[in-house]
Amino acid sequence: MEKYRIDPSKGLEFGLYTLGDHIPNPLTGERISAEQRIHEIIELAKLAEQAGIDFISVGESHQEYFTTQAHSVVLAAIAQATEKIKLASSSTIISTSDPVRVYEDFATIDLISRGRAEIIAGRASRVGLFDLLGYNLRDYEELYEEKFELLVKINKEKVVNWSGEFRAPLKNAEVIPRPQNGSMPIWRAVGGPPASAIKAGYAGVPMFLATLGGPASSFSYSIEAYREAARQSGFDPSELPVSTAGFFYVAETTQQAQKEYYPFINEGMKVTNGRGYPKQQFAQGADKRDVMNIGSPQQIIEKILYQHEVFGHQRYIGQMDFGGVPFDKLMKNIELIGTEILPAIKKYTATN
Amino acid sequence: MKIVGLSGSKVGSKTRTAMNYVVQTLSEKYPDTDVTLIDLAEYDIPFSDGRNYLEYEGDAGYVTKTMMEADVIIIGTPVFQASIPATLKNIFDLLPEQAFLNKVVSMLVTAGSPKHYLIAEQQLKPIITYMKAQIVQSYVFIEEKDFYLKEIINDDVLFRIGRLVEDTVVLKNTFSEIRKAKEAEYGF
Repeated sequence: MEKYRIDPSKGLEFGLYTLGDHIPNPLTGERISAEQRIHEIIELAKLAEQAGIDFISVGESHQEYFTTQAHSVVLAAIAQATEKIKLASSSTIISTSDPVRVYEDFATIDLISRGRAEIIAGRASRVGLFDLLGYNLRDYEELYEEKFELLVKINKEKVVNWSGEFRAPLKNAEVIPRPQNGSMPIWRAVGGPPASAIKAGYAGVPMFLATLGGPASSFSYSIEAYREAARQSGFDPSELPVSTAGFFYVAETTQQAQKEYYPFINEGMKVTNGRGYPKQQFAQGADKRDVMNIGSPQQIIEKILYQHEVFGHQRYIGQMDFGGVPFDKLMKNIELIGTEILPAIKKYTATN
Repeated sequence: MKIVGLSGSKVGSKTRTAMNYVVQTLSEKYPDTDVTLIDLAEYDIPFSDGRNYLEYEGDAGYVTKTMMEADVIIIGTPVFQASIPATLKNIFDLLPEQAFLNKVVSMLVTAGSPKHYLIAEQQLKPIITYMKAQIVQSYVFIEEKDFYLKEIINDDVLFRIGRLVEDTVVLKNTFSEIRKAKEAEYGF
């Protein structure tokens, strides 16, 4: 775990993530400028740090209604604006990028932030960027596997010799600058089904699991499959951190939290994904056994502790800014996280 | 209420002929409804390559978006080789999982032989169920002999189309009421 800069004795890490979506507020129909949205993300990171939140990450998405395509640039700004909070991508679409350039960028962010940067590498849930960036969608899986492997190799080896199908070979290549400690945490981003989790296990790399909604027990299959696959490939699962990511919203009462966040999730899903979020499933999300962390502070504390029991994970990150949630609501969320949720989670999960 | 009539084949004229009757009946009996007829013979749509439907351009983008925006879809299909045509199956493949959640879907089938009567029951309904539609259980099955020069010449078929249209609109209205009442209970 130390290699991944995680100390489990300090308890479950709590973080926030944004996909950098840029969606009109459904209640007013108005959309803030891209400039304002980016500044609010940087401001959010500063507030999160002040509240004691461990981690913040920014996603890369090239489709309409998003604004952090150059997510590493935004992360560099956050690195400069903060001092303690860990920084990462959520995720970097490694399939359509050059791993050398990605590594150079994030190693630089690691140096700017003095050792706080991490990469979470995914393969895109939407595929418009394949056309935009000049890749063939038919190579979807091969691109991801090859480039992810190269990224991990660059992280491990100072001098890289490599050849593959989708990039010019590297001969005695030194990819510099190096991160502060010579290497940095690189996670594999995984969607719901176990098939994808198993591949992270085979590679022996830490796993970020997206869990939007549904019972925690369903997602625990993926985590178990990941650990088993790692074990079979000769890795020690107890050395491999797992993180989960999903919707988060806190208000005074669970009813209020649902009422406030639902229109943003529903309308946001409609414009970005083509389908709203079914009310019935959202309503079930309040149940302690559901992974959706939307509710009162007490309800969320119970949910996160329950998830910790089921998953045995090292980090949870929440998405609370989806769909154009106004900044004052995000500030209120951060306040409740800092004053009520974090202290309880740390108290019950820290071992020292 | 947005209704889409989907004529699911590029071959022949019977399904389209029958769908014309469906659209006509709808506009006569329910003039307030907003009806769009999509005849797949008039569109050039590639096979699904797995992308989100919002990412398709041209005809595929138009057809999928129109269907996703509909409250009601009335599917017309012929039977080829004892199955639904590939053109129709492709439309389902282009749409996301659960694409028909909270939509009412009903069916009309044309066929050259009465032996094909259960094809819709055994092959079409399972797909529509998987995609989470509220299904109108009875469908209209029309044979070759019921058509002459692109018209339906069997009054019984016309009566059955009238009942299909009525059942579809009634189910939509009923389901909307039930759903509204249920969602009001959630309080958000």
